Amino acid sequence: MDFQVVVLAGGNSKNLTPLISKDVPKPLLPVANRPVLYYVLHQLRQSNLKDLIVVVEGEDAALHVGGWISKTFVDGLHVEIAAVPEDIGTAGALRAISHHLTAKDILVVSGDLVSDVPPGAVAATHRRHDAAVTAMLCSVPVSGSLESGSSGGKDKTRKPGRYNIIGLDPCKQFLLHIATGSEIEKDSRLQKHILHAVGQMEIRSDLMDAHMYAFKRSVLQEVLDQKDTFQSLKQDIVPYLVRSQLKSEALLNGISQAEENGNEKLSSPNNQVLVSKILANASTPSFHEPYSMEPDGSAQTRKTHKCCAYIASSSSYCVRLNSIQAFMDINRDVTGEADHLLSDNIIGPSPKLGTKTTVGPHCMLGEGSEMGDKCQVKRSVIGRHCRIGSHVKIVNSVVMNHVTIGDGCIIQGSVVCSNVQLQERVVLKDCLVGAGFVVTMGNEYKGESLARKEK
Amino acid sequence: MSFPILMKPLPLSLKDFNFIAEANKSNAPGGAASSKSVKQPPQKKDGPPVASSVAASERGVDRPVEKERKKDLPPPRMQFDDESRVGKAKRRSLLNQPEARNRVELFRHLPPHKNGSQLPYLESKFFELHEMHPSVYKVGLQYLTGDTSGGNARCIAMLQAFQEAIRDYSTPPEKTLNRDLTSKIGGFVSFLIECRPLSMSMGNAIRFLKSRIARLPLTLSESEAKAALCSDIDRFINEKIVLADKVILRHAATKIRDGDVLLTYGSSCVVEMILLYAHEIGKQFRVVVVDSRPMLEGQKLLRRLVAKGLSCTYTQLNAISYVMHEVTRVFLGASSIFSNGTVYSRVGTAPVAMVAHAFHVPVLVCCEAYKFHERVQLDSICFNELGDPDAVSKVPGRVDVNYLDNLTDKQKENLQLLNLKYDATPSDYISVIVTDYGMIPPTSVPVIVREYRKEYLLI
Repeated sequence: MDFQVVVLAGGNSKNLTPLISKDVPKPLLPVANRPVLYYVLHQLRQSNLKDLIVVVEGEDAALHVGGWISKTFVDGLHVEIAAVPEDIGTAGALRAISHHLTAKDILVVSGDLVSDVPPGAVAATHRRHDAAVTAMLCSVPVSGSLESGSSGGKDKTRKPGRYNIIGLDPCKQFLLHIATGSEIEKDSRLQKHILHAVGQMEIRSDLMDAHMYAFKRSVLQEVLDQKDTFQSLKQDIVPYLVRSQLKSEALLNGISQAEENGNEKLSSPNNQVLVSKILANASTPSFHEPYSMEPDGSAQTRKTHKCCAYIASSSSYCVRLNSIQAFMDINRDVTGEADHLLSDNIIGPSPKLGTKTTVGPHCMLGEGSEMGDKCQVKRSVIGRHCRIGSHVKIVNSVVMNHVTIGDGCIIQGSVVCSNVQLQERVVLKDCLVGAGFVVTMGNEYKGESLARKEK
Repeated sequence: MSFPILMKPLPLSLKDFNFIAEANKSNAPGGAASSKSVKQPPQKKDGPPVASSVAASERGVDRPVEKERKKDLPPPRMQFDDESRVGKAKRRSLLNQPEARNRVELFRHLPPHKNGSQLPYLESKFFELHEMHPSVYKVGLQYLTGDTSGGNARCIAMLQAFQEAIRDYSTPPEKTLNRDLTSKIGGFVSFLIECRPLSMSMGNAIRFLKSRIARLPLTLSESEAKAALCSDIDRFINEKIVLADKVILRHAATKIRDGDVLLTYGSSCVVEMILLYAHEIGKQFRVVVVDSRPMLEGQKLLRRLVAKGLSCTYTQLNAISYVMHEVTRVFLGASSIFSNGTVYSRVGTAPVAMVAHAFHVPVLVCCEAYKFHERVQLDSICFNELGDPDAVSKVPGRVDVNYLDNLTDKQKENLQLLNLKYDATPSDYISVIVTDYGMIPPTSVPVIVREYRKEYLLI
């Protein structure tokens, strides 16, 4: 269908610092015992999109990701890994691979998106309206665990900046205004000529930009070439395209015009005008029309482009992994309500549970894990090959692979990374324990982030 | 129901008409064979309607001309009240067929309306429909959502999509271009039918395209064949639609005098062009635009006319008899014209024509010749298109007018909503039909079908 898919897998993220290390880049961060990139790739494979470009920041991370992909998706996908230098932003990443893009439309998916919305829906909306950019919007996820204690140190620094302010037209198909992140706290500026053209704009703050975009390739390459300072798709490029939708520069349409003209050599310009007028009159008028018509009624030079929005239904699940809180939420949801995202068992083939050990609903135990006696596990995810002692209580937490937990530990609302050793009677509440850390016995930590110093 | 006669299509009309029409060209046995081949609707079509009969007719270019013409007759249509056929069609279809809720008894044989609920299903399958070309898919989506409507526009959009599909087409090995491309086009057509039933203009265009594909000389290379087909499509659009419209403009503008009050119904692109052209050449006249719910298409026409400076009056169908006394001419558009002179057009055209006839106002129907069809239809029931039934009960912008929302399920069982899209205007109410072959009385339509149809099929 002439679509090319680019997955922006990132590499480093300052929000998720203790969880991410050199060995575990962000795309491989496990959610319910699978790397978060798996969900994106699995969905793309199910939609029959087999040729992908995965962009990773940093050479080492690219190697890790490449290795994992070839192991997991041996037959299904044909993936090209592109490594880009770090910290160049999503736009910079696209600039780096711009010469690989050949299809008519590009579908850009963020590698940390966990959702069940089919990418075909965004693509179909894009094609139907012949849009320059189509963004997927989903309702803002409800975050926060059910039994959270005081908010951890990380939560205090969480800005409400992850919400968006979105302006839509009355039939909810076109995107008129989008404000993200830091702009929300200051005043938001609306474009008056857009409001004047549409007449009625609906402004919503309960929708979130899910970072799945469909771009027309010519438009995307044009913007990337012209605007060197744009670093981020979400914060720079998409708002720029939305702002300039009725007054796009002539260059933006020069390419498409040339492509169209090349094909219609046979009919004279008069006939062409008549045909396009018939087609234009027949379709439901959108607010772009008055701006795209020349005074004599010919629709030859279009100076507008369309920005469409696809609003995911409220029953679909869509969350981005860009903070610790989101990480906890996704783990909880994927084992809980949204377990259709997983395709196999909840409990691995061989967990060894001791006597009187209870494992609550919505838990996940990886294979090869062993638990001692009288343990309680509630709403948590435990990775592979863990050795958990007796009288351990794990509530609302994520424990990754190869973790050793001594007897009598209590872990609540925390994330424990791989290869960690917790000695006896450790109490962790809302903590983040980085990889390879050793927590000495009898300590109590509340709301702290423990990480081994990088050598 | 007290219309038993109307419900079953009359056995006489179709056969007799074909017999009469064919009698000039073929001998009696041939005529009898043709009447047998066009059985009544109980014979269903399998797969795309046009493909079966036309593909059968185009097998072998060297068949005698008469036999081909016999098989060009319209195939029997699928009736949706036969459970087994509906089940078969359901299994073969690309879209999920919606469950029929509460359909009016009399119109059960028509395909149920595909409302916007199909859209999510189609969207999720976007990347999985291998055999579909993206531009055909886009056109299908536009039909489904109602973004494109109007006979000419739908036909042009479809032909342009087919042009792109042909350009991107490459013959698989061990297959001939003719047969493979014909079957591919057949696949596209059945997809488009499922999005929205074809209009007559589209049906004729598809027949033209398939006959052109079948008549390609075998000596042509693939790229030459593709280029030839694309130029044929361009020629069809230019000659049959664009040029035809220009000729119609000239003819119809002679019928408009200064001081006229012209009435039009709904939004026909040809009538709009006529009014704008007459205004440009300086004629002084007024326009009355008559509109009707639920589509309210006249509002778009009104907006465009007022933007060009014509003085217009806008009213709805209920007021037609109050407005008609000051009207001097009525201009109507058509989706198709049948061989007995019946005009098949947007629902509401028939009352307009009837009231005009009662007031002795001449009715001019403006229609390109490619929309003519050999079919004969006496009523609006046996062939029509169903629209969204919920649109009838809702008034946009007035959420307080929602009396039907509070009905219980039991009450809803007794209420069936019907939203018809087209109706048939008998030829007695039409004064003249303006086509690109000139201004003809309604009785001359079969002549044009007979004489000029073979011309472009045989080119």
